[in-house]
Amino acid sequence: MLDVSISYNRYKFLGDEFLTWLWYAIENEPEAIKNADNEVYVLEVGNRIVLENRLGEDSVESITIKGDDAGLEEGRLALRKGAVVTEINLVYRSGDEEWRFSLKGESLSFSGLRPPETQPIESKDDLEGAVLEKAFLYEKVLVLLDEIFNRFIRFRVHNQWQGEMVPRIRQWISA
Amino acid sequence: MGLLSTSVSITRYKVEGKIEGPVLEVVADGLKRNTINEIDNESFDKAVGWTSLEDPFAPNFDGSSFSIGTHMVFSLRIDKKSIPSKVLQKHFKLAVAKRLAESGREFLSRNEKTMLKEHVKNTLSLRIPATPNMYDVIWNYEGGTLLFFSNQKAANEELETLFSKSFKLSLIRLFPYTMADLTAGLGEPEKDVLAKLTPTKFTE
Repeated sequence: MLDVSISYNRYKFLGDEFLTWLWYAIENEPEAIKNADNEVYVLEVGNRIVLENRLGEDSVESITIKGDDAGLEEGRLALRKGAVVTEINLVYRSGDEEWRFSLKGESLSFSGLRPPETQPIESKDDLEGAVLEKAFLYEKVLVLLDEIFNRFIRFRVHNQWQGEMVPRIRQWISA
Repeated sequence: MGLLSTSVSITRYKVEGKIEGPVLEVVADGLKRNTINEIDNESFDKAVGWTSLEDPFAPNFDGSSFSIGTHMVFSLRIDKKSIPSKVLQKHFKLAVAKRLAESGREFLSRNEKTMLKEHVKNTLSLRIPATPNMYDVIWNYEGGTLLFFSNQKAANEELETLFSKSFKLSLIRLFPYTMADLTAGLGEPEKDVLAKLTPTKFTE
């Protein structure tokens, strides 16, 4: 395997492409992001999306759209000008439970992750149960991300990406 | 932000390697040998070590208390003293003036000034308490995965160094390329394609 810091920088674009594809899939091909159990769930773009357009070696145009009911037309316009999604806030709902979190393309690390509410800890005896409950809730969203990312990466290393998926994304961007 | 907070940040790792011997005992030993040391009354300006999730200011790893279900749960603690630059400047100037008055000289050499500044820093460090920061860890040994509850670059780097020193295992940070290469289940031909990928143009 390549040196970690080299591969982090060299393949940063993979995460940005994943987030761009994810936005496309959420809006156009929700079946592409169903999880392995075909569980009924909702995945939506939340209240923030950041796009970047590399204009040259050292020049980057950055567009941030935020707000609970913000229209995403400006984001589509940025895509049309050659930008990619570099950060996205997502809402995941399963049954009565809701997770909110942000993902950065370059690292796919989670920030601002708010899992469903859990019981408050009132004594030291509650700690073990609380840790297990939180661990379970984190695991659920991490597994979901892995399944969606794995689906994306299989597309990405296959001819289907350039031959079928990219034309469909281009069509969406220019519509 | 701890794992029990309402809102958290998570960096994911794959743990490479296996522990020789009884896992809980070896991990407990690694945690104990690298437990955070208090530096409030020391001249050190930084300390890094493990602590307990339950009581970060009185770490205790006895009796596999850090083992919860199939997870091992503990925290990285980083204590840092930061002397405000204006405070350092004031005490340095006073020390220079005192040294000049005692020696009857008009100037101090660059070397003397550097040494004096270091001395002032050490003296002030003894008087300033360290600010502690805790970052929680959930380690699933059987699954070979670890969750670290911070995205801060410096905290992640301290974790990687201390983890390797404590348990003789490597942590590989999961980001798009390592996820694709190590955890997505791609075959060798697909990995060859992965290595050669170049950015997609979404506009014509």
